[in-house]
Amino acid sequence: MKRREFIIKGVSAGVVTGTSLGLGGITGLASALPPQNAYDLVAVRDGEPDVMFDRAIASLGGMTKYVKKGQKVVVKPNIGWDVIPERAGNTNPKLVGRIVKHCLEAGASEVYVFDNTCDAWNLCYKNSGIEKAVKDAGGKLVPGNTENYYQSVQIPKGKRLKEARVHELILNSDVFINVPVLKHHSSASISLAMKNLMGVVWDRRYWHRNDLHQCIADFVTWRKPTLNVIDGYRVMLRNGPRGVSEADVVMMKQLIVSADIVAADAAATLVFGSKPQDIPHIRIANEMKLGTMDLSRLNINRIKI
Amino acid sequence: MRSVAWPRKARIALSLVFLLFTGVIFLDPARWIPVVWLQAITWPQFTPSLLKFLITGGWAAAGFLLFVVITLVFGRIYCSTVCPLGTLQDIISRIRRRILRQKPLRYARPQNILRYLILIIVVISIIAGSALLVNFLDPYSNFGRILANLFRPAVLAGNNALAGMLEKQDIFWLPRTPWKGYQPASLGFAAAFLILVTWMSAVRGRLYCNTVCPVGALLGLFSRVSLLRISLDKQLCNSCGQCSKVCKAQCIDVKNREVDYSRCVACFNCITACPSSGVVYRFSGFSIPQVETDPAAVEKQNRRTLLKAFMVGTAFLSTRAFATRLTGGEKPTTIPEERSLVSSPPGSEGHDHFNKNCTACHLCVSACPTHVLQPSFLEYGLQGLMQPYMDYHSGFCNFECTVCSDICPTGAILPLAKDLKKRVQLGVAVFIKENCVVYTDETDCGACSEHCPTKAVDMVPYKDGLTIPEVDDKICIGCGACEYACPTRPFRAIFVEGNQLHIMADEPQQEEIILEDTGEDFPF
Repeated sequence: MKRREFIIKGVSAGVVTGTSLGLGGITGLASALPPQNAYDLVAVRDGEPDVMFDRAIASLGGMTKYVKKGQKVVVKPNIGWDVIPERAGNTNPKLVGRIVKHCLEAGASEVYVFDNTCDAWNLCYKNSGIEKAVKDAGGKLVPGNTENYYQSVQIPKGKRLKEARVHELILNSDVFINVPVLKHHSSASISLAMKNLMGVVWDRRYWHRNDLHQCIADFVTWRKPTLNVIDGYRVMLRNGPRGVSEADVVMMKQLIVSADIVAADAAATLVFGSKPQDIPHIRIANEMKLGTMDLSRLNINRIKI
Repeated sequence: MRSVAWPRKARIALSLVFLLFTGVIFLDPARWIPVVWLQAITWPQFTPSLLKFLITGGWAAAGFLLFVVITLVFGRIYCSTVCPLGTLQDIISRIRRRILRQKPLRYARPQNILRYLILIIVVISIIAGSALLVNFLDPYSNFGRILANLFRPAVLAGNNALAGMLEKQDIFWLPRTPWKGYQPASLGFAAAFLILVTWMSAVRGRLYCNTVCPVGALLGLFSRVSLLRISLDKQLCNSCGQCSKVCKAQCIDVKNREVDYSRCVACFNCITACPSSGVVYRFSGFSIPQVETDPAAVEKQNRRTLLKAFMVGTAFLSTRAFATRLTGGEKPTTIPEERSLVSSPPGSEGHDHFNKNCTACHLCVSACPTHVLQPSFLEYGLQGLMQPYMDYHSGFCNFECTVCSDICPTGAILPLAKDLKKRVQLGVAVFIKENCVVYTDETDCGACSEHCPTKAVDMVPYKDGLTIPEVDDKICIGCGACEYACPTRPFRAIFVEGNQLHIMADEPQQEEIILEDTGEDFPF
């Protein structure tokens, strides 16, 4: 099938153009940027996943702003399904690998990657391409397939979700980078950064049974990721979160990066073609002031490659 | 004269290799062993190979034929090397005699009536289409069950403890594998069988192989006329009886200088033990020896042994309690899932083919990456006792996976190309609206639809912006992902009703996605 791209008309105001992107180190890029660029959110389009991330993180001041020397980092992509990257059921492996690399270059002592998968975990890790990408980049891929890895935490500010069993890596790491893939979702309407956090807990059944959208928002009251990177390179527009075939997927080549999890989700929802206020968990999180879905109040950097 | 030790040494070495290889395929904690290895390792196993040959007729399943030929030439080499249960019994027997220093064995009369009666009944039952007796008596399958049900949990516990220790050192290469196979019926049967053969082999060496085992009885018919046989040289033998003491088949009658070739498992212990080179392994022509058969001498003891085995086995059988744990604060669901049939694994064509040909060795149970395959109790009825079924409370069938059909040694689960496997319908999802979270709580859920690989379970508009599951049974393949994921307890809101006969589901129809022009780079 022929995939049509969005038609490009003109250039938006905030687009950074003409930045010299040499083949040198990716950290070098960060220092070249003016410090006054305190963006709340960066949106990039029309590049390869790794290149888009390079640009995004550079415009936010480089990974060193988020990862200090010697810190432990956990990167949580979506690796939920035993499908190949073309099916876009999981986060793009190139993006995950690049994030791991940035973290290590910023001086991280260890970079861990895991997910509590839906399909058989080892097949998901392998066939998503993420296992190889992480290992090649120097990160550590950690299983999340048994209950032993999860520890009970209290969520005092949660309305329906008061307790969860959370993967020990989330508890033990200094930096938490959340890397969901943008896709349609039959349960949660759309799967984004907040929804991706269901992959760090053990007992997801409870969430489904006790008002899914409220639980998704409740969990964010317990811990917000340091940074959210939403992969919109290939986007599953229907039949999510698993997808039936490649016909569900379109090439969008988008990337959203923000420390504000609600803003990141709101922006990605708009890219997807929906309205943030129509997605219950985004609306609830906005009401609970876990972030903002009103993008007009944010300083957004829009980069077109 | 010096005794000849090498045939015995070679036999021991070979038997340990077979035992090790056949053992690890059931114990492999993280599925490290490739599928082709599993296929190669189970290829020579007699009963599975014979069954597969009867189904497929292919040379790929001709392992048993090779051993019929080998038996006709060399005697029951199979029983002393290839059969893992035989080697297990030798080890037990050896522990008793060498380490515990018990009395040596001595010649015993054959139990021919019992032995051939069992063989005949087993053959008739196979022809009549029941795998139940083979399932109870086959040495490979029993060995598999002992390892998969009794040893595997211990191996996994060790594996997981080691994984935990490595993780503390920040090393994550060893994954943990949860143990989900607690099935009282097969666990009890495996334990009872292990106790039985332990006792039989400790007291009487290869008594099981020469009285109960249908493979032993069948190969015994061939070894009676084998070209090469163990015999006592009338000149060199001085009737000292050393050979008889080490003969685990108890088949050397020193007094009459006769060997019962039908029971001899070609272990060559006697050759090594003989101080005067009186035991020889040599060409014995095509003559059919006169083996003493005395119907009156059938020991009632052994019949009792057999009865005991069945009794101990059945005593352990008990219904499997379904997990009905609840998490706090939820309203329990009220409508039971009334499943009339379970699903048999993909590739098994349906209950009939599967029940007729599965010997319940539990290799697929050990290898299944999602643990959806679990030993049954009476889910298939008595004829399918301990045969694996799709337990959707334990896991669900991974869409892309064909492991069970790739490795099934008996052909009960036949090989299935991946594209076909994705369309074979094992059963159909049935939705119970009154149990569904969307109906009872009026909140979003959709866990079932989320996991569905074909979107046969789709979310359709319900009310107030909510969506509720709907099943398209034409494209449902019965993988059980929906049932596994459904969060309601004690009864789920969606379950798979098994198909007696598997059919092909329709392929999901996919329309092309056409994106509308937005006219902007960024929608914000």
